[in-house]
Amino acid sequence: MATSFKLDTRTEDGYAVIQTDGYLNGPTAEQLAETAKDLMNQGYSTLVINLEKTRLVNSIGISILIEIIEFLDERGGGLHFCHLTPVIERTFKMMGLAQHAEIHRDEASATTNL
Amino acid sequence: MADQMKREVTLNIPIHPNMELVAAQTASIIAEIMDFEEIHIDEIQLAIIETCINAFEHSNSEDSKVTVTYVVTDDELELKIADHGVGFGTDKTSLLTGEAGAQAMQKRGWGLEIIREMMDKVEIDSGDEGTTITMLKKRA
Repeated sequence: MATSFKLDTRTEDGYAVIQTDGYLNGPTAEQLAETAKDLMNQGYSTLVINLEKTRLVNSIGISILIEIIEFLDERGGGLHFCHLTPVIERTFKMMGLAQHAEIHRDEASATTNL
Repeated sequence: MADQMKREVTLNIPIHPNMELVAAQTASIIAEIMDFEEIHIDEIQLAIIETCINAFEHSNSEDSKVTVTYVVTDDELELKIADHGVGFGTDKTSLLTGEAGAQAMQKRGWGLEIIREMMDKVEIDSGDEGTTITMLKKRA
């Protein structure tokens, strides 16, 4: 059974933004990881993931987000998240993502100093 | 003191990708009816998703289903998630990763810790005939 999930990407000068829409689990986080790797291969080493339209992220999805962080770290890049619900932010902090990626209130604050 | 009336909803879901969302959406609707705050509804949904995917991944249940029971009282929502799988020992329930896991960005093994973080009370009953996880959320 497939659930509705969408990814939108936008590139700016020096960074790219990926907006998710829907439940982030193993398969959908894999889609996100592939998109992130494609953008890295195009030269965008700084990525912003906007989770405004995602209310649920399970632990398998988060484990794949950690792989994206590791992938970016190895290439000297950086990952920024914005528009996290309080529960998603708490889960990210529990699992250690907040130590290796930056969390911002919204896209404007995420991109201000990039 | 008068006894609180209990209302119960039972859902049988097949072990199949994304079926955890059916259990989570049902919990969300019940919690909305109970006037839980949005943040607590998100917590309940995440806890139920983690419990279901644990069962999906680890129970090896022959009947390939998970039974979710929602017990509603005036100010509490109790969730029972049961499978008829192989169960897991108490050593596995203590495989919690905490601060050390966060420091190392450990990828897997977080399910039970997340469930305990999201809910007010969690009990695990696991044996040869399966596992039942009972979780309680009080309305704030």
